[in-house]
Formats: sequence, C-alpha cells, structure tokens
Amino acid sequence: MKFWPLLLANLGRHKRRTLLTMASVALALFLFASLRTVITTLKAAAEFGSARRLVSTNASGLIFPLPVAYAQRLAAVPGVEKVTWANWFGGQYGDGKRFFANFAVDAKTYLDLYPEMSVPADQREAFLRDRSGALIGSRLIDLFGWKVGQNVTLRGTIFPGDWTFTVRGVYTPTDPAINDDALMFHWDYLDERNDRSGLAGWYIMQIDSPDNAPRIAKAIDDLFRNSSAPTKTGTEQAFNASFATMWGNVGLLMNTIGMAVVFAILLVAANAMMMSARERTRELAVLKTIGFSDRRLFGLVMLEAGAITITGAVLGLGAAKLLYKSTNFNAAGFLPGFDVTGPTLAVGGAIALVLMLASGIVPAMRAARLPVVAALRNVE
Amino acid sequence: MALVEIRDVSKSFRRDAEQIDVFDRLSMDIEPGTFTALMGPSGSGKSTLLNLIAGLDKPTSGSVRVGGAEVSSMTPAQLAEWRSQNVGFVFQQFNLLPALTAFQNVELPLLLTRLSKKQRDERVRIALGVVGLDDRLHHYPRQLSGGQEQRVAIARAIVADPTLILLDEPTGQLDARSSQEVLALLGRLNEEFGKTIIIVTHDPQAAAKARRQLHLDKGTFVEQGQAGAPAAVPMAAGVAR
Repeated sequence: MKFWPLLLANLGRHKRRTLLTMASVALALFLFASLRTVITTLKAAAEFGSARRLVSTNASGLIFPLPVAYAQRLAAVPGVEKVTWANWFGGQYGDGKRFFANFAVDAKTYLDLYPEMSVPADQREAFLRDRSGALIGSRLIDLFGWKVGQNVTLRGTIFPGDWTFTVRGVYTPTDPAINDDALMFHWDYLDERNDRSGLAGWYIMQIDSPDNAPRIAKAIDDLFRNSSAPTKTGTEQAFNASFATMWGNVGLLMNTIGMAVVFAILLVAANAMMMSARERTRELAVLKTIGFSDRRLFGLVMLEAGAITITGAVLGLGAAKLLYKSTNFNAAGFLPGFDVTGPTLAVGGAIALVLMLASGIVPAMRAARLPVVAALRNVE
Repeated sequence: MALVEIRDVSKSFRRDAEQIDVFDRLSMDIEPGTFTALMGPSGSGKSTLLNLIAGLDKPTSGSVRVGGAEVSSMTPAQLAEWRSQNVGFVFQQFNLLPALTAFQNVELPLLLTRLSKKQRDERVRIALGVVGLDDRLHHYPRQLSGGQEQRVAIARAIVADPTLILLDEPTGQLDARSSQEVLALLGRLNEEFGKTIIIVTHDPQAAAKARRQLHLDKGTFVEQGQAGAPAAVPMAAGVAR
C-alpha cells in the first residue's frame, strides 16, 4: 500500500501519544474481554449438566443435610436408574490461602454418574480400593506438585481435625465446565470419623429420559414431603445455575463496568485523534494543494484511527486470550473453563471498529472539509 | 492560445459585517512557457489571484480557465484531480511534511498516480537531481537548510511534470544566497524545461528573473516587461494516470 509510509509517519509524529492511545485501547479491550469471560464462564457453568441427571437437596437449603438412608428409596422411584451422593467437606491445605473445592463422594456410584471425569483405569481401581484415597483434579495436582501415592493432609473446617488422604488418581474433565481444581475422597471415610454419621449433602440421580425429569422430580419431592428432611429436586442444570445466581446480577455489573471502560477509552482515543488532526491543519491543506481529494484525506485520517484502535484491539484481545490460556487461569476454582471465547473476541473486534469510527469520524470530516486557503492563511 | 485566461474575475471577502473587494472584473492572459512575476503592495490580491488560478479558491464572479479547463466551475473532487495533474505549488514557508524525508515529500504527488514504486523512485530521483539535492534523499526537513527545503518543495512541485508552476513568495524566507539559487533554478525550469511559471513576490531580484512583470494595485494590472517564451521540453515521460 503506497500510502503506508505517510500513515506510519503520521502515527510516528508523536510516538508516545500514539503508543499511549494504543495502550489505552488495548487495556480497555483486555478488561472488556476479561469481564465478559467471567460472564460467559458463569453462564457455561450454569448451563452445564446432563439432561439425564437430577439433583436433590434439603428443601431448607443446601447447608442442611439429608439422611443417607434416602438413597435406597430414591433408587426405587420409577425412572431413576442410578443414585449417588456427596458432601461438601470444606478442608484447607497448608496455610489455606489457596482455596480449592473438596468433596466426600460415594466413590463408585459418583464416578459411574460422571463419565465427563476421565480417570485412568488403574488409578480408578486404586482409588476405589483405598478407603482413605483421594482423586485429584489435574490442575490441582499440578499446582501443588503432588504425586500419586503421596499423602495429603487437609485441615477440616466443618469437620474438625486433620484429615490425611493418599493421592490415588488424577481426573481430567472432558467438559471444560467441570472443575479440574478439586479433591474428592470417600464418603465412607468422612462418615466413619464424623460425630453425626449417615448424612449426605445432596443426591444426584441418573434418570431414564430427560422427558421424565419433571415427573420424577415431583415424585421424589412428594416421597419426602412429610418427612423431617423434605427434598427439593431439580435438574442438574438448575442446581448449577443456582450457584451462578449466588453471584447476584454479576452479568449486568460486568457489562456496565466493561462498557464504561470502553466509553472512557473512546473519549481518550477521540481526543488524541482530534489533537493529531488539529496539529496537522497546515499539512492537510498542503496535501489538498498537491491534489489529495477530500475523500482521500477522509480515508487517510480514518485509516490512522483504524491503525491505532485495531492495533490496540489485537494487543488487548490477544493478550487476554493468550494470558488466560497459557496460565490456565480459573480464579482459584471459582471459574472453571475460564477462556476468552471466539464470540467474545468477535464482540471485542466490533467494539474496536466502533472505536475507530467514533474516534476518527470527526477529525476525518474536518480534514475533508478543510478550506485550503483559510487553513494556510491561519497558520502562516 | 493562452495557458491561463482570466476573464472579468471579481473577488470579494466578507470580514464580519464588512465586505472587502479585492479586485473587480480583472482580466489577463498568461502564455504557455512564460515566466511571470506578480508584484504589488500587501493586500493587493496577488496571492488571491494565485489561489484562483490553482483552483484553491473560487472567484465571486468571472471565469478562470487554465489549459482550456474552466477551473472556476469544477467540483472539489475534479479540482483535486486537475491540480494533481496540472499544477505545482510552492509556498513561502516551504510546507514540507516534517515527518517525511525529502524523498517521501517529493513522492507525495506521485502517490496520486498509477506509477509503480520503481517508476516513482525514478521520478523522485530525477526531480531531486534537477534541484541539486540527489545527495539529500533521506534527510528530514529539519536536517536541511532553508534554501534546501525550498528546493525540495520545488522538486515536489515539478515531480509530476505539471504544466504550470505557481510560487507564492518562494524567496521570502531565504537569505540572499539561497534566494539566488532558487531563482536560478526557476530560470532553468522555465528555459530548459519550458515550464510556465507564475511567481508572486515582493523581491525585485526575483521579479527581475521573470520575463514578464505584472503589478497589481487597486484591483488593476500595470504591465512592466514582456519577453517571448522558450520552447517546452518535458522533464520526463508523461505521468501515467
């Protein structure tokens, strides 16, 4: 492109200002991509869940347990094929600064219900055989540098005392919405050391057909309606979504902050472009004298705005994509599968185009409409 | 046939509520290949007339024809294209783009043509050679003296091989020696390459270089000198458009 040297020269006239403007755009789009990825990750987590899995919790709330004796009665409900259960353990490792999720699960049935958790066959067997064994997420084992066969001690917060487990296997999620930053151990191990035995945190049921989910959920809740621990049953997706809604209307907040940042940067970029064009009033008049048409000057100024915003966008969006990917970021397990998606990059690119148009249109029109004689007279 | 035909041209400005008439029903011809100096006191309308000939400004009434084209009735887009092909303009303050080298400044008019990079390079080197600056190709304006800057500006004005070169006080910012160099160069362009040159100047030495001197005062011309035009020789092959 033959106008490239002219474009580069104009951009290089005030290198610091050009670089700072590019950096502002890059930072704005990095923040935008990060905030939007929080939303998309939460949304993906809320949407995760097999259509053939139901979750039953205590109707009074997730913190209240259910009797483990419900398992047999649940299995007997028509349409229920498999039943498993789990308890939130809430243990801490080391100084406790690095949070990670840890659960007690009914190991055999739990792994049967979650084929999305890939475990090597020998490690699976080793875990099932060892009552004090633990299954560790692939990220977590890398993070702490644990090895299979090693003992790991957690300090109980809900269930007091030191709890030592032997790492027997590593699971790798085949679905990014599944947390790879968690530790699982045998519910039996928790139950035998617990003062209040025979309690499950929640139940998970595999059902025969997604079409039967409403009917089966109602049947389960009806079954325990008049018991001391009535249940609340819904799809796994609804159960996961309830966690996402615990964040409040975080999507609106994130979007509002993201747009505010982008708008602020729009003003910065527009101001920089206006200053740049105003400083070059004489040069623009000279170019018109040489024979550059109004349309060509309009295009050149828009191209400058585009070079700044598009470069900033590539840097900002690219940094967000590569940084989170390379560091395998998941906000300490709160945002599993945190990855800047294609649609987020596309929206970021569209924002960069809007930034280009909004910051470049006024100086470009001024350049195109510049009266040559008056411009030369005023500056000479 | 005259290259520049100005017929009954009037030009007035409005400054606040006051109307200022620069000239009224002015007429003149400039023949091809001539070197004409426009002189006159400040505010007599010399630069305004130059701007009208270059199509940078429009007359209030009347007709400005250059090379048979009615400049005063062209659209801005037509004027831009016409200027790029037919007019080279040199300013008092050189007006080089400071972020571009001498080479890149001279190349600017050729960016509006369909010439290849190689052809453009060749043209730029010829133009800078004509003005004696082929050893300053990659110098920025800040690295050049005033006289050298003005010679680069002249190279920019001639690089597309225009019919007409218009200069507005080209020696106004130069010392005596640089002025002489620039005037000698303009004389060469007129005599060797047959360029039609119109120069606005207050400098009697610059005016003396011209074969024809026109004094503009109170809206009318007073002619002071007349000489024949040399035969035109193109600087280089025609510019591809």
